[in-house]
Amino acid sequence: MKAKGLYFSSYVLWLLLFVLAPVALILYQSFIGINGNFTINNYESFFKISSYLRMTFNSVFYAGLITLITLLLSYPTAYFLTKTKYKQLWLMLIILPTWINILLKAYAFIGIFSQAGPVNNSLEWLGLGSHQLLFTNASFMLVAAYIELPFMILPIFNAVDELDESLINVSRDLGANRFQTFWNVIFPLTLNGIKSGVQVVFIPSLSLFMLTRLIGGNKVITLGTAIEENFLVTQDWGMGSTIGVILIATMILIMFLTGEKKRRRRQ
Amino acid sequence: MNTAKRHYGRNLYLIIAFLVLYLPIFYLIFYSFNSSGGMNHFTHFTWVYYQEIWADQRLILITVQTFFLAFLSSLLATIIGTSGALGIYSIKNPQVRTLILGLNNILLVSPDVIIGSSFLIFFTVLGINLGFTSVLLSHIAFSIPIVVLMVLPKLQEMNPSFINVAQDLGANQWQILKGVILPIITPGMIAGYFMAFTYSLDDFAVTFFVTGNGFETLSVEIYSRARQGISLEINALSALMFLFSLILVIGYYFISKDSPKDKRKDQKVQQNLIR
Repeated sequence: MKAKGLYFSSYVLWLLLFVLAPVALILYQSFIGINGNFTINNYESFFKISSYLRMTFNSVFYAGLITLITLLLSYPTAYFLTKTKYKQLWLMLIILPTWINILLKAYAFIGIFSQAGPVNNSLEWLGLGSHQLLFTNASFMLVAAYIELPFMILPIFNAVDELDESLINVSRDLGANRFQTFWNVIFPLTLNGIKSGVQVVFIPSLSLFMLTRLIGGNKVITLGTAIEENFLVTQDWGMGSTIGVILIATMILIMFLTGEKKRRRRQ
Repeated sequence: MNTAKRHYGRNLYLIIAFLVLYLPIFYLIFYSFNSSGGMNHFTHFTWVYYQEIWADQRLILITVQTFFLAFLSSLLATIIGTSGALGIYSIKNPQVRTLILGLNNILLVSPDVIIGSSFLIFFTVLGINLGFTSVLLSHIAFSIPIVVLMVLPKLQEMNPSFINVAQDLGANQWQILKGVILPIITPGMIAGYFMAFTYSLDDFAVTFFVTGNGFETLSVEIYSRARQGISLEINALSALMFLFSLILVIGYYFISKDSPKDKRKDQKVQQNLIR
């Protein structure tokens, strides 16, 4: 038992120093004003100044749209993948792009969406003319959705893969058509996969500050961008921490909304 | 007829999905051979940007630093994470266990920006200089939970009577650990090490927050170059990094293939994992 205590201590030290202490510090820092005094001014200005609230709303709204786009694209992909031969190999190929640095993927889109890039070339070829694609909200959302795609496919794939095939057959035998079978059988049974997918896509989408800088052209301000700006540009750590606490609260809320899975299982 | 048609549609959808996933990456690599210097209008094939990387001493230094950091941080994270998993395994009280596992997962679900900013406050309060030390500590810190999640299932699959037998045969704690437990959990530790390694290589946001002026990783360097616009040296670099990821994935695939029984569980972990 003593020996166990010995090797466990490094882990406990990590828990204290790098998990609990930083959370406590960001909470504490959020009450520090710009002059170093203890105050609730940061929270006051956050809730009073409309631009902060609008930014938060926008951030959540865009993250929601990104999540929706990825979900709509991922569900059929994941579903069809489970029906293929060598599905584990295909799944590996879906995961592979996540091992490529996110900045390189963002950088690729700087070229793809540029004035003379392939997207504009195709638009021109179709007779739609070239457009300013880079530094728009749409390009930000598309690139974010592209990056998050594998993270959504994986949990849905696992949920569909665990689905008992005979339930689908029973539903068809009982006279349900394909849509009814999907809506009443397949969808509810894979809901847990969707929920964990939403979780792993929505939360990071709130904080993709490098994308807003490189692709969004600073027009889309997300919670993450605001935190980065307060910490590293204007050096107002108090306000940055306050927004951080708001982001943590949003995150907890989302996990709460999508986290019924575990509780239901335990019962 | 009908099913054949359906298969056709399904395959078409999947082909498009894979194209969407891979075209941007191949686009990037394709233009790294373009002599005209931009990411459109391919003129001639050239190796010039690869030669430029080779001649760019600063970039090579940053690459070496990045890999050294990934190597060291994942090694230390594997050691601490494995001892954490052993500790959690030995906790009998289910509530305490759930609590510690919950705390373990905080860093896995937190957005990078939160990890980065709170670590920045932490290092400043402690008076630790921003640079290699702070980046190394951060990378160790955010890699530990994934190692725990990779090792713990291996421990739970282990037959507890192995330990009882070893005890009956007179083995002490250290001998049990070395002779019985470690061989069983080694695949989990290797998987954890791999994951930690890629986490470290991939990380941008946390490093960006806690690095000072003295230390840079590839991600930070790519970010600052990309903000200035297109330079095909980055394309060439991304081609090399893609090759490297491919090798890592193939290596990881063969390691995880060794234990086909655990495929389901590995996938469960992977779900938590990929972030």
